[in-house]
Amino acid sequence: MNLIACHECDLVNRIPPLPRRAAARCVRCGGLLLRAKPDSVERTIALTLAGLVLFVVACSFPFLSMENAGIVQETALFTGIYNLYKQKMVPLATLVLLTCVLIPLAQMLGLLYIMIPLKWNRPARYTARVFRMFLHLQPWGLMEVYMLGILVALVKLGKMATIVPGLAVIAFGILIFVLAAAYTSLDPHLVWESLEKKP
Amino acid sequence: MSAKELGLVGCHECHLLSRQQRPASGQAAYCPRCGAALHLRKPNSIPRTWALLTAAFLFYIPANVLPITITTSLGAKQSDTIMSGVIYFLLHGSPEIAVVIFTASIFIPLMKLIIMSYLLVSVQRKSRWRPRDRTQLYRIVEAVGRWSMVDIYVVTILVALVKLGVFADIEAGPAALYFAAVVVISMLAAQSFDPRLIWDALEENHD
Repeated sequence: MNLIACHECDLVNRIPPLPRRAAARCVRCGGLLLRAKPDSVERTIALTLAGLVLFVVACSFPFLSMENAGIVQETALFTGIYNLYKQKMVPLATLVLLTCVLIPLAQMLGLLYIMIPLKWNRPARYTARVFRMFLHLQPWGLMEVYMLGILVALVKLGKMATIVPGLAVIAFGILIFVLAAAYTSLDPHLVWESLEKKP
Repeated sequence: MSAKELGLVGCHECHLLSRQQRPASGQAAYCPRCGAALHLRKPNSIPRTWALLTAAFLFYIPANVLPITITTSLGAKQSDTIMSGVIYFLLHGSPEIAVVIFTASIFIPLMKLIIMSYLLVSVQRKSRWRPRDRTQLYRIVEAVGRWSMVDIYVVTILVALVKLGVFADIEAGPAALYFAAVVVISMLAAQSFDPRLIWDALEENHD
């Protein structure tokens, strides 16, 4: 038998072993307590590795280009950040760089650092610290919001010029779904329980 | 029964339940499994959340009054605020974009500040009214806040695409900075609020 205090209302709930894909919710406030996830470790590793590949593509290929009166302007993911920096908007440039590039990258690397050793039942050193960092960064990776920003900007500029989405935008778009899938297939309780088995 | 009533603490990080320890003064209790500092409730949740909310309210004003983008086209300068951008889209045949920007940049931040203030007041008055709905309200506010950042990204992309020399130049205005501050600070406010405080009032009234 497993006791869990609800994270949202502190009620102590008794959790029976869950069947495949079932979720346990708090009886008082409805908060999610636990979800059974099949092949959690393998899926998380596979999807995160795919995410890393897409991330490299998104960073290195042309992002958006604009055609106007025969002039083609190509930009990369970093162009906007660099231009903000040149306009002396350093805090803003830093914020965009963190939320759309560095934090997602740190999260992917941190997750692989934890999950690959876990696959062989040998929890890595500093697992608790790295995993805690991963969880704390979770609200600050904002790539999907950036994607919405791209769509809005496309409509805004669409009347002035032709915008051609580059390979990087496509990779970026897929990356969002791959990472969402990776984080959904992740079962945090597996990671925490692995710490208990340590000598 | 809540964990608090049973003399147990649930770890904020790994959810392990452990017995409440009484650490010597100046020392903190740590989770035996993951090593995180243990707190019965998030420390100083109410004053911290109020402080962050007040800051966000203050920044909300320059964010809406000052220009968010400055466009130079053939020597003519045009400053746009968030609201003037919304009106531009509404009048120039993209009402769906007007709705997205209005929702993400004006409506959600303001609603978030109002709802968080209401939750804090209700907790401080030990309200017992509809705790489940208030918890749900908190969940929605916490989940939706990140989407407010979209305007900052639109500015970033415009700044990247429309460069000096071609036919126009777009620069980020001072409001972009204040607006980013509103979004970041109100996200921190939502994180520092402890929804378990909503439920504590119910238990205190039992005895």
